[in-house]
Amino acid sequence: MTAVPSLPLRAGSRRGLRFPGLPSWPWRITWTYLTLILFLPLSGMLLKAAGVGPAGFWEAATSPEAIASYKVSFGVAALASLINGVFGLVVAWALVRCRFPGQRLLDSLIDLPFALPTAVAGLALSYVYSTEGWLGRPLMELFGLRVSFTVVGVGVAMVFISLPFVVRTVEPVLRSLEKEQEEAAWSLGANEPQTFFKVVLPQLMPAILGGVAQGYSRAVGEYGSVVMIASNVPFKDLITPTLIIQKLEEYDFNSATVIGTVMLLFALVSLLVINALQVWGHRYQNG
Amino acid sequence: MAFTIPPLEDVQPPAWVKPSLGARARSAAPALIVAVASLYVVVVILLPALAVVVQAFAKGLGPFLENLTNPDLLSALRLSLLATGIAVPCNVIFGLAAATAIARRSFPGKALLLSVIDLPFSISPVVVGLMLVLLYSPNHGLFASVVQSTGFQIIFSWPGIVLATIIVTFPFMAREVIPLLEEEGWEQEEAARTLGASSWQVFWKVTLPSVRWAALYGLILTTARALGEFGAVAVVSGNIASQTQTLPLFVEDAYKQYHTELAFGAAMVLGGVAIVSLLLKILVEQLLEGDRRAGRLEAEGDNS
Repeated sequence: MTAVPSLPLRAGSRRGLRFPGLPSWPWRITWTYLTLILFLPLSGMLLKAAGVGPAGFWEAATSPEAIASYKVSFGVAALASLINGVFGLVVAWALVRCRFPGQRLLDSLIDLPFALPTAVAGLALSYVYSTEGWLGRPLMELFGLRVSFTVVGVGVAMVFISLPFVVRTVEPVLRSLEKEQEEAAWSLGANEPQTFFKVVLPQLMPAILGGVAQGYSRAVGEYGSVVMIASNVPFKDLITPTLIIQKLEEYDFNSATVIGTVMLLFALVSLLVINALQVWGHRYQNG
Repeated sequence: MAFTIPPLEDVQPPAWVKPSLGARARSAAPALIVAVASLYVVVVILLPALAVVVQAFAKGLGPFLENLTNPDLLSALRLSLLATGIAVPCNVIFGLAAATAIARRSFPGKALLLSVIDLPFSISPVVVGLMLVLLYSPNHGLFASVVQSTGFQIIFSWPGIVLATIIVTFPFMAREVIPLLEEEGWEQEEAARTLGASSWQVFWKVTLPSVRWAALYGLILTTARALGEFGAVAVVSGNIASQTQTLPLFVEDAYKQYHTELAFGAAMVLGGVAIVSLLLKILVEQLLEGDRRAGRLEAEGDNS
């Protein structure tokens, strides 16, 4: 048996493909761009916030105005994303498990809040829910419920903006579920609700929570549509992003920075939560 | 003569068997789900969307077109197109570079880097604008002295608007391309390499064609979002009519000034762009699905 002569690997033949000695061009572009576009502004704000000092930071972050705006932003967004958690599941179910006329239209309508500029959404919502609007008038006459220029309006805008998240995260998981499991549950004597709550829902839960978390994160940061439907009065329906803008207009840069940093920290936490939910979802599907 | 046994589903219980309550509920459930889902989407999404169309054309096509010749609206449109025209190519270059640099490598902190790229999705656009003001404001910014000495205004001017648009829209491209590149693997690029292609040739002739639909999809999302960005631009622009007003800012301003028709006219333009982008998206999604399927078939062929 003769030894097969091993082909000498040309030194550096894989350079640029794996483990490059010098960073390749894409790598350089990525880091330069991220540094200029993202890290620089981020560190600028954190530096400014650090300059305020712990006592000043706490004072500005917990001023009564700020607390009231957190209550509106975080509270109403929670309500809006929970509503979408329930109805998003219903819509996803209808899109995956049912066949009906107009299904394609419904499917493409779901993406509209992603595609429509928030200013247009705000204009449309504030018209439809104004006291002369298509929905605002009946709501006012039948229930005495005023939507535009109130907290309810803020909620309506947040529901609009966060609807697609739950539908689009639940849809693929629901589609990949095996019908056999449900049939097995039925043949073992489980009735419809039991099958749904004990077999289907637990498997959908990571996706639902992931969608709710994404929608929540989006709704908390939403500005364009909310600012047009709300009255933007402090302690009434003022959301945190609008408070930041008002502080900037008053040249109160310190307060704006501190409240902006609070929003940034929230964004970081929500990113971690969303990632964790995704990891959990993958484990569920593979395991 | 052959017997044909009817399929089990076709066998109906005799008429005298009354369906149980549960069975009746089961047959009604899908209809109920469809009804609730449709009603919800109609109320939450369709009615507001229709309102824009109805209001924009409330007085017919003539006044609508006349509204579109409003000089403030036109200059807002011009600025929006300028910002989009600069932001989108920058983000395409970044997105493709980031995707080729990150997708097929495994290195410590990869997940963290991907999350960092996603950050603009979860930061409020207002905070993005605030960060730019804190850096470049000529009076209070960190770089105030630099800005003043060069005399190049960033805040309350178009460069700020462009920067804000870039930050808010840069993740789309990378996010669409990275998963596809990860799925595809290295073999084709390695083959091109062995045949003597340079990295640049490999990128243009192998990598880019293989992700073309995903890249186009990312491009559409980036463009739609860039044209419609509101919060970040509102903070840095100063919102001066016919100078630093983009089209979305014009919509809000006109509405506030009770020029409702103008507001709906401009909103209809933006809405039209949104609908076109949605249609393109559906088209590209189908092409992308076709590519994925082809990729999967190829992979299966290799394994057998």
